[in-house]
Amino acid sequence: MTTYVFHDTDVLLKRSLRHILRSPDTIITTAITPIAMLLLFVYVFGGAIDVGGASYVNYLLPGILLITVASGIAYTAFRLFTDVSGGIFERFQSMPITRSAFLWGHVLTSVVANLTSLVLVVLVALAMGFRTGAGVLAWLAVIGIMLLFTLALTWLAVIPGLTAKTVDGVSGFSYPLIFLPFVSSAFVPTESMPGPVQWFAEHQPVTSIVNTIRSLFEQQPVGSDGWVALAWCVGLLIVAYALAMRTYRSKLA
Amino acid sequence: MTTTPAIEIVGLTKSYGDHAVLTGVDLSVPAGTIFALLGSNGAGKTTAVKILSTLLRADGGTAAVHGHDVATEPEKVRASISLTGQFAAVDEILTGRENLVLVAQLRRLDGPGAIADSLLERFGLTEPGGQRVGTYSGGMRRRLDIAMSLIGNPPVLFLDEPTTGLDPQSRIEVWKTVQELAGRGTTVLLTTQYLDEAEHLADRIAVLHQGRIIADGTLAELKQLLPPAKVEYVEKQPSLEDIFLAIVGHDDAAHQGAQQ
Repeated sequence: MTTYVFHDTDVLLKRSLRHILRSPDTIITTAITPIAMLLLFVYVFGGAIDVGGASYVNYLLPGILLITVASGIAYTAFRLFTDVSGGIFERFQSMPITRSAFLWGHVLTSVVANLTSLVLVVLVALAMGFRTGAGVLAWLAVIGIMLLFTLALTWLAVIPGLTAKTVDGVSGFSYPLIFLPFVSSAFVPTESMPGPVQWFAEHQPVTSIVNTIRSLFEQQPVGSDGWVALAWCVGLLIVAYALAMRTYRSKLA
Repeated sequence: MTTTPAIEIVGLTKSYGDHAVLTGVDLSVPAGTIFALLGSNGAGKTTAVKILSTLLRADGGTAAVHGHDVATEPEKVRASISLTGQFAAVDEILTGRENLVLVAQLRRLDGPGAIADSLLERFGLTEPGGQRVGTYSGGMRRRLDIAMSLIGNPPVLFLDEPTTGLDPQSRIEVWKTVQELAGRGTTVLLTTQYLDEAEHLADRIAVLHQGRIIADGTLAELKQLLPPAKVEYVEKQPSLEDIFLAIVGHDDAAHQGAQQ
């Protein structure tokens, strides 16, 4: 069986990548909200936000990257929901193929789609004056942490994709994830927030991930934020994966 | 026909919470026959098919398909069956041909392109084969759906309400396909709520009611369950279906379908 996991996943990955190629609007829509936020905050609100003399687009980009993934995984859940609510899910499950291949096909498609959207957002940021002296290693670290974050949120998105009863239910789950960066160091320094809010902001995953990416771009030492961010991403990934697989198995009982 | 039955079910039960759907189903389907499982909505037909196609686990009892137990050897069962569910299990964004190629690849067959082309021809879908399935009519979708189920020649085929929602011509096309398959030795288990469909197609018929099989046999055997027929003289009126097919020229349509 195990030798076929890769073959089956490969066939199903190509299938859903073809879906994306035929509706590239899903990539554009994923990228357009974060790009609009980037424009709004840099050119409208940015002038009034004090980030200690740094360029605001440089300050803002890491948080915008997380928002991009948070809005991108809504499509992952949607594609899964479409398969499950139509008949094709049952067809695949009643065929002699590796059962986990179906989920992996969707998960890898999500990674490819989100990375594409992220590249679009970075290109727009570059056009808006984003600059970094980050070397190859720092870039690899940023890509690595974004990859982990994308995988974690993707496995999280698998759960509503498998269980939702309506399309609204599918897309609804991603809104809190999109707004989580607002109560973090993504837009403004956490020191400016009142006590309890500041405490929340400093102890939720977005702040450590944003700070890590920001330090990597600014060629500053990452410090303990790096380990906290890594722990959040890996922890979230493990929990989301376990819950998603449990949901998947209970769907077939 | 002393070979093992294609499908053998003993004492099958399944509940969803407090709601008992199957309360002890016994059924034996001889290989190479068309077997119709009749029942009204909610009788448990789909649940039974889902257990047989390893999509659901039964609470109690045993079920074997093509000699393999569905609970202990699900992979072997899946290698012997194809399921055509209640809703056409097709990928709407892909073309008809890509759908067929996809299934052939997943079954790891050689020459998926050639397999797809021959099935498109056999089901009269060569011309629309390059178009997205989203543009297909209900009948075309169902034909593609069944074509996808035939890839790899599985010996047992489950058709769950194959003609629900189809227009009369498409319905007759599906019937022809099913009969042709049985002619080649495939065992077909079909569920339906249309009595005439069971009467027209099936070698054997079982009636599922409130979670149990309450009648099981050939049409002739089932007819004996009723008191002998009384002879009455009734003027033979054409049914609405006869009229409909006559005025839309169904023979032409079926002919074209076969030639395409």
